[in-house]
Order: sequence, then C-alpha cells, then structure tokens
Amino acid sequence: MSTAEPDPPLGYGSMRRKEDTRFIRGQGSFIDDIKLGGMLHGAVLRSPYAHARIQSIDVSAAQAHPRVRAVITGETLATRDLAWMPTLAGDTQAVLATDKVRFQGQEVAFVVADDRYAARDALELIDVEYEPLPTVMDARQALDPDAPVVRDDLGASNHIFDWESGDAARTDEIFAAADVTIAEDLLYPRVHPAPLETCGAIADFDPISGKLTVWSTSQAPHPHRLLYSMVAGVPEHKIRVISPDIGGGFGNKVPLYPGYLCAIVGSMITGRPVKWIEDRSENLMSTSFARDYHMHGEIAATRDGKILAVRVRVLADHGAFNGAAQPTKFPAGFFGVFTGSYDLQAAHCQVTGVYTNKAPGGVAYSCSFRITEAVYLVERMVDMLAFELDADAAELRMQNLLRPDQFPYTCATGWVYDSGDYTSTLQLALDKADYTGLRQEQAAGRERGELMGIGISFFTEAVGAGPRKHMDIMGLGMADGVELRVNPGGTAVLRIAVQTQGQGHETTFAQIVAEELGIPPDRIEVVHGDTDQTPFGLGTYGSRSTPVSGAATAVAARRIRDKARVVAAAMLEVATGDLEWEKGRWYVRGDPDQGRSIAEIALAAHSDLELPAGVEGQLDASCVYNPPNLTYPCGAYVCVVDVDPGTGKVEVRRFVAVDDCGVRINPMIVEGQIHGGLADGIGMALMEVIAYDTQGNCLGGSFMDYLLPTAVECPSWELGETVTPSPHHPIGAKGVGESATVGSPPAVVNAVIDALRPFGVRHADMPLTPAQVWRATQGRPLRTDLAQS
Amino acid sequence: MQVPSHVEYEKAKSVEHALELLTRFGPEARVLAGGHSLIPMMKLRLAQPETLIDINGISGLSRITVADGELRIGALVRHGQLLASAVAAGHFPVLRDAEQVIADPIVRNWGTIGGSLCQADPSEDLSAAFGALRAIAVIQGRDGSRRVPVREFHLGPYETVVAPAELLTELRVPIAGDGSGSAYEKVSRRVGDWSIAAAGAVLTLSSDGTVTEAGIGLAAVGAGHFVSTAAEDFLRGQPATDAVFGQAGQVAAEHCQPAADQRGPVDYKRHLTGELTTRALRRAAIRVRARAGGQTV
Ligand SMILES: Cc1cc2nc3c(=O)[nH]c(=O)nc-3n(C[C@H](O)[C@H](O)[C@H](O)COP(=O)(O)OP(=O)(O)OC[C@H]3O[C@@H](n4cnc5c(N)ncnc54)[C@H](O)[C@@H]3O)c2cc1C
Repeated sequence: MSTAEPDPPLGYGSMRRKEDTRFIRGQGSFIDDIKLGGMLHGAVLRSPYAHARIQSIDVSAAQAHPRVRAVITGETLATRDLAWMPTLAGDTQAVLATDKVRFQGQEVAFVVADDRYAARDALELIDVEYEPLPTVMDARQALDPDAPVVRDDLGASNHIFDWESGDAARTDEIFAAADVTIAEDLLYPRVHPAPLETCGAIADFDPISGKLTVWSTSQAPHPHRLLYSMVAGVPEHKIRVISPDIGGGFGNKVPLYPGYLCAIVGSMITGRPVKWIEDRSENLMSTSFARDYHMHGEIAATRDGKILAVRVRVLADHGAFNGAAQPTKFPAGFFGVFTGSYDLQAAHCQVTGVYTNKAPGGVAYSCSFRITEAVYLVERMVDMLAFELDADAAELRMQNLLRPDQFPYTCATGWVYDSGDYTSTLQLALDKADYTGLRQEQAAGRERGELMGIGISFFTEAVGAGPRKHMDIMGLGMADGVELRVNPGGTAVLRIAVQTQGQGHETTFAQIVAEELGIPPDRIEVVHGDTDQTPFGLGTYGSRSTPVSGAATAVAARRIRDKARVVAAAMLEVATGDLEWEKGRWYVRGDPDQGRSIAEIALAAHSDLELPAGVEGQLDASCVYNPPNLTYPCGAYVCVVDVDPGTGKVEVRRFVAVDDCGVRINPMIVEGQIHGGLADGIGMALMEVIAYDTQGNCLGGSFMDYLLPTAVECPSWELGETVTPSPHHPIGAKGVGESATVGSPPAVVNAVIDALRPFGVRHADMPLTPAQVWRATQGRPLRTDLAQS
Repeated sequence: MQVPSHVEYEKAKSVEHALELLTRFGPEARVLAGGHSLIPMMKLRLAQPETLIDINGISGLSRITVADGELRIGALVRHGQLLASAVAAGHFPVLRDAEQVIADPIVRNWGTIGGSLCQADPSEDLSAAFGALRAIAVIQGRDGSRRVPVREFHLGPYETVVAPAELLTELRVPIAGDGSGSAYEKVSRRVGDWSIAAAGAVLTLSSDGTVTEAGIGLAAVGAGHFVSTAAEDFLRGQPATDAVFGQAGQVAAEHCQPAADQRGPVDYKRHLTGELTTRALRRAAIRVRARAGGQTV
C-alpha cells in the first residue's frame, strides 16, 4: 500500500522528519561508522571492585603484545597533569584511578591497539593488585560516623552538599496547624538513560598544526570543547568537536567521560587517530545514571481536601564523584519545583548530597534537572492524601490545581510559572479516558476480586534553561547562538548550537524558519554538531532546544525579515512603512500584486541593487538568545492497569496523555517525543533499576538485568493536547522532550497502588515488579535498590 | 563493543564429523548450535573455547517426527520451529506454551532445543517442560548412542551428562493416551526475560477424573532436575479438582529451593511456584477434558 505524501507545510504542521531519509536507509553516520586512515582502537580496563586501594599495576605483558601501541595508566596521565578532570558539578573525577578505585567499573587503564580485538585481549594481560576496602553502598548509611570514606582525597566524610529551598518556618507552622498531615518515605531508584548507541569518541591530534579533532557522542559539543581545552591544555581555537548522528542521549551524553580523554591522550602519544567505543555493560555500569533520590515527603491539608503545604527531605546519592550535569547554582537541579501544579501556602525542601561507592553522575535521563523526582514526589503525596481522605484522586486535583487567572504564578519556592490552563488540561484527559466509566468498571471488577487500577498524574515542567543571570554550567551562561543565512538563490542555512539525538532538529528548526520567512523546510539546511561550523551554545538536554535555540532561530529569522523589508523597499522604490508581510513576501499595502518574494529579495540583496545608507548587502542574521524565564509545559496523564492478584504482574491497559507544550511546531515530532517518554515511564515504574549488593557489585550491568520496556508492555497511547502559549517565548513554544518521562511514572505507580486498594496498600517503591507488587500486598514492600534476599 | 577472545572455527558436515572434530580438538572445543547462549558468554569472556565446532550445517538434526510411539525432536530444531509445530503442540501443548514465552522471536529463530538443554541454565524453560514430559535424551558418542532420561540429564547448573566428545542429537517424548493433557505457566518481569518462576504440568487422568500420573516441571526455582517429584507423588491417586491442584501447588512451593536475585526474593518465588503449578495443573486438566470432548484449548 502506498499513500501519497502531502506537501510539507510552509511552516508549522506535521511533516516527516528530514533526517529519516538517511536513518531508515541505514545511512546515518554514528561514531562507530567513522573510520579514519591509520586509526587505532582503545579499550578501558575497569575495576572489578567497588572500593579498593591500588597496590600496583603491571602493564609489561600488555605492552609486549605485538598489536598493542600504548598502555596508559593513571601514572602516565599524572605526568601530563591529566589524571583527574573537572566534572560539570564542580567536583573532580579520576580519569584513570591512581590511588584507589571508588566504584565497580571505574577506569583503571587504557590500551591502544591496532584493532579492538587486540585491545580487549591486552586488557587481560594487565595485572592489577587491589587491596579491597569496605564499601558504602546505601546512601542512608553514607553519613554514619563509621561509614567508609569514599573521597578521602577531599575530606573525612561522604557529605557533598546541603541545599534548601522554600520557607521552612512558615511550612512548619502550617504543618503544625493542619487537620491532616501525611508522611512517607519514597525512593526514586537509580535508573540509567541506556541510549541504544553507547558512548564513544575518536580523537585525532595533529602534532604539526596542533589541532585536535574529537568526534564524540556529545549532547553539548561547545561546552565539551572548553572542557577539553581546560583538561588537555590545547587552546580552544585548536580544538574541533564534532558530534555526528547520535543514537539517543537522554542526558547520558552530557558529561565528559574518562574514555574520551583517554582517546585524546592515546592519539597524542601514538600520533594516530584513536577510537574508543564502550560496550553495553560499560555504559550501564560507569556512565551517568539518574535519580537515586531517597525522599521523605510530607503533605498537609484541610479535612475537606485543600492542600496547604508540602515538605520534603532528600538524601541524594551522587555516587563516587559528583558528576551531576546541571546549572551550577542548583546542586539539586530544579527539584525546587516539587510544589507541583497546586496552589500551596508554603513549601520547603532540604536536600543532602552524599558520596557512595557507586558510579558517578546524578542528573541524566530526560529528567529536566530533577523535576522527574519532584513531580513523582508531589503526585504520589497527592494520591496518598486522596487515600487518607478517601477522596477521589481526580476531584482532589481539580480542587487544588492552579486556576488560569493565577498565571504568571510564583510558587512557594519562587519559580514563576509562565502560563497554563490546568483544569482544562485535566478535564480533557479525564474525558478522553472516560474516567467516570472507568471508576464504575473498577468497582464492578473489585466485586469479582479483580485488581484494576486507575492512576492520574498532573505535572508542571520547568524547561529551557535558562536565564543567564540565574543559570550557568561551569560559568557558561545558558544562552544559545544561531546564525541564519539566506543564499542568493533563496535557500537558507541555519547553524545552531544545539545537538539532536533523535529529536528531529533538522526538521523542526527548518520549520521555524519556514514559518517566519516562507521558505519551504526542504530548502533550509540545518547545520549542527560541529564546533567549527556552528555558533556557541550549551547543547541539547533539559528540553531546552526549542525554548532557547528555537527562540533564537525565530528572532534571527525576524531580523532577516526586517532586512528583507529594506531590500524590498529599495527594489519596489517605496518606503519600508508602505510594505506589508505575508508569509514569504513583502508587498505594497493596498496593491498586493506589487511585491517581492523572499527568494527575489535574497537575490537582490546579493546584487548591485543600491541599498539605503547603513544597510549592508546580503541576507543574514544571528542571535544569541537569553531566555527571560523558563517555559512551563504541563500535562495530565491517566493510566489504567490490571494487576494479576496471584502473581503480582502488572499490565498497562490504557494510557491517556494530554500535553500542553504551548505552540506545536511539528505535532508529529511532538507526539513521537511523548510516545518515547511514556514508554520510558512504564520502564521506570515497572522494571528499570540499577541496584547494588553490599560488596558493591552492580546488579544492572546488562540488558538481561537492566530491563527496558518493549512494545509488548506499552499500550496504544491515547494522546491529546491543549495549547497555552508561553507568553514570553517568541513563538509561544515550550519544551516537550522530557514531559512524558517526567509525568508518566507517577501515573503508572498511582494506578498500581490504586489497584492494590483492597489490600490497604498506600505506597510501594518503583520498580513495581511482580515481586514488589506481591510483597506490597503482603504489607512488606521491598527496598528495590538493594540485592534481594 | 564486546568482542570474544581468539577462537578457531570448524564446520561439521555430519554427526560423525562433529564427533571426530570434538575428539581431535579436545575438551577446549565447544559445540556451536544457535549460539544464543554460547556467543554472549564468549563476548563477556566468561567462556573462552579454543575451537568452535559449528553443527548448524548437519542435516537430519532439524526434524520433528513421530515414530514408534514417540515424538522425536532433533537437537538442531529451532525454538521457532517447535513453536510452530502442530504435531508437537497436538500431542504436548506444554511445548507450545513454553516456546511462546521463551525469549523473543530473534532468539527463537536461532536458538536450538539441543543447545537449550545442554546449556543447562537453571532458568531454562525446556528442561522443565521436557522434565515434566519424562522425555528421553539421545546422546551420540563415537562408540554409539545412549538414551538418558531428561530427569537424569542435568548434573547441576550448566552441567550435563553429555561428555566433551559427545553430541545430544534428539529428544524423544513417549506419546501418551487420550486421558492426558499438559500446560506451561511462566511469569517474568518483562517479555523476553527469563522466568522468575515457571511451572509445567502434565496430567494423565482416568475416566473418573483421578490423577493416574502427573509430571511437574519447574524452572528457575532450584528444583532438582527441574521437576517436583513431591508434588507428583502427592497428585497420584487424587481427584483432579481445583482444591487438589491448589494443594499440589503448595507442595511444589515447599519442596523447591529458589535463590533470591533481582527477579525476586525467596518468599515470592516460592509463592509464585505454588501459584503457577496450580494454574498449569488447572489448564492441563481443562485440556484433558477438552480433548475427551474432541476440542483443543
Ligand atoms: C535474550 C535471551 C533471552 C532468553 N530467554 C530465555 C528464556 O526465557 N527461557 C529459556 O529457556 N531460554 C532463554 N534463552 C536461552 C535460549 O533459549 C538458549 O540460549 C538457546 O536456545 C540455547 O540454544 P543455542 O542453540 O543457542 O545454544 P548454543 O549457545 O549454541 O550452545 C549452548 C551450549 O550448549 C552446547 N551445545 C549446543 N548444542 C549441543 C548439542 N547438540 N550437543 C552438545 N552440546 C551442545 C554448546 O556447546 C554450549 O555449551 C534466552 C537467550 C537470550 C539470548
């Protein structure tokens, strides 16, 4: 069957992704597809221990391997002052361990060989003597006085930071006086972004020119270039970072990893390009994880269900090095938005970060800098309140949601929500789901002993970091540049600083220009992922591409439109004030036949046409966009599950997702982003977790152990939308990349807990595996982040 | 990328040739069937054989036939082939039930029946299914072949009676009469994942509904030889009622030795063993009755 493809829209609207042409033909070019002449291959030797002192490393046998070109250890790096590197959170991290290893899978040595087989063989020839040390694997024990100290290089405790937000005294007052208060411990377990393409790099250092080229799996090529120059001592203008096609990032490809640096040093030592690609287990065991938030949540309300305040204490497990990637002034990310979507009188949170003998990281996996944790906390607490008050979870939310006339709304912790129509969004979701009918069906089923559950979550996201005065990463303000040029023939080239990992930037950004200038999207080339080819900007994560770079693109296009107006006025010999714009052309007011198309104007702008004084020829513009505020997408999700009472197995029967991300540029891409995030949510709620045993063994180090959801676990998504434009964004768009990942886990968990109502279950931690569900029905839920016994 | 260490490769043209190669290359040689257990272990370098003897080219080991009152399944029959076999499912629905929940289509297209049994993974589903069926393994050595009951085939986790210079060539299941039925039940955390627990039940009922023989296979819960003889002993002579099946489930649960892992703690696995045993027995009994009435379910 073939269906005719409609013409792509001249602006916003659903159109197939331009990048799919190469991807569906298998013609994408990912790191591992790139082969350079004379290229060598690197492999990392990793620690089998979670905590051990390194007594000695003997590399002589590996060095003697006939196909090995170099063996690098921490000692080698130390001679170049490279054994430690800065993390995005202002900590330092061992590139290759020198003193001791601090987590299982930590990098100990790097072998460069003729091929990847020889590199791996040589790893087995390296003899490391370890003296195992006691471990600290449970964040809840990290601050015990007798806990082993992970970072004896820094001090005598595992404490990293304390951070608080909100008004503690006022919150305490309200709690003390409230009719109803509820407290619960909630774990958001450690999960992993698990992009299908693992991390990797090719480094090529040219000793003659002094130029270093790094192809790498990077969501943030420009900040990486700065980091490389800081660490490797090569000046920035001599470094080119190229991020080719990327097979998924989800935050995993924001930080710098030791393997990248080892490839660079390998190339410097051997004088040849060095490729390093990690394998699946290395990715799961050593690269940036997400969550690991141990939360104690509390909610206060009146007896008739008015929510008054939320209070939360968090123990944040950051692993062995604080490698969290988030704006510097926010050590707990944007967790402060735990106030949710409700009109609270007060709120307070206190977050303590700790070191443990686990892999480093902290913020990754489509989480909008910890809003995932925040939304989970508040949406679970609201459901627990409904449980205690015996109230309907939907009605309770309706009663407490912010009303449209309250926007812009400053929440109890100071975030300014830009816009929203929350009650309409929730109502639409309830209607789509036939909420009343579902509740009737549930009641009838309970009579027969069936466990059907209905879960709701309402989330408010805060994305598009961010205003320079508040937000920076390592001192780099979070503004993004773009450069847009209309060619003489009327086609255009847009250069952006953000980096697609599957989001469809080549299409969406072309559509923004198309909407503003009337140039068809397929006549606009979007260039990204190459620091030599693109303006400076911070990259793609935290759903920031459309809010920041999308805004920059629209502003640059409007600058071009203004310039085109001057050129058109010169062409038509009228005053600019006499011209009116319609998509794609300027024409004379009152005489629509008299006009010039953007293509005609482009040609004229490059010609000998005489332009007014001060107007330079050609048709290009740039913009550095400094967002005035974050954008606040929201959504209402309804999940329906069936639980097998005998086995505890959960089946997600339906999932209704109504998202409000403001103006939708390409609705099809938006829906694709939501589909992926909803699947993520099912994964985290039901099966994904990286647990550790007491010795520090990672129990989620392969896809046999770390389960990603498949199509079988996902229902046919039922999507809906409301559109509340962002008032401060040039095109009214809000980010959407992470909305569904943020909003869906609590919907699934709320549904499962709702199903278990006959057992009196109020809470159980994710993932709700069959074992966990059964144990919850027995009143003995599991600690899912520890080895089971 | 995970890459195995150096390995030599030989392609066997016949069973005799495979046995000759195995003898020539010694105990460091390994048979390669579908490779879906062996190759991942090699990539993780948990297995480092010196030589692979590829038996995929051997003809005659990929057939499912009925002869001499036995269903015969060649060692190279793929999971997918057994799943699709009407003959196998007609006699023993437990096999189709089990195959439906083993791994995913990609693994099922390559993984073999022989490889599954020889791998002897404690969570392996077919060992439980064939154990319940009291199947016979046919093992070929250079000096001839021997028949070993599947209930004596496994020596322990990842260990079988197949010697380094032998091949498993066939599984044979004695075809039971009309009064029999079978079923398999499994719960896993996600499709394609190994069992948290699984139970297979094979029932023979007399015309008055008494259990004359029962086979209970269990996977992933540390049941000796993948079967629960205690539950079988309990069932023999009992009426085939839901209450009895519930009790049989309890017996199976009490007599297995599950180990805790991230699939679940011991108490849950035990509970699940009972639940699934009961469910498998119920479904097997329904099938016996349906068969008597000329239907299949
Ligand atoms: C992702 C995944 C999920 C899986 N899920 C399940 C599951 O849910 N349930 C389940 O039961 N299994 C599962 N499996 C296992 C799968 O069924 C078996 O790995 C596979 O079928 C083994 O058969 P093979 O032909 O691939 O064996 P191979 O990997 O080729 O061999 C396995 C072992 O048996 C030996 N061997 C093979 N054939 C013979 C022979 N004829 N004679 C002597 N020795 C022989 C080999 O030398 C090797 O030691 C899964 C596997 C994967 C990869």
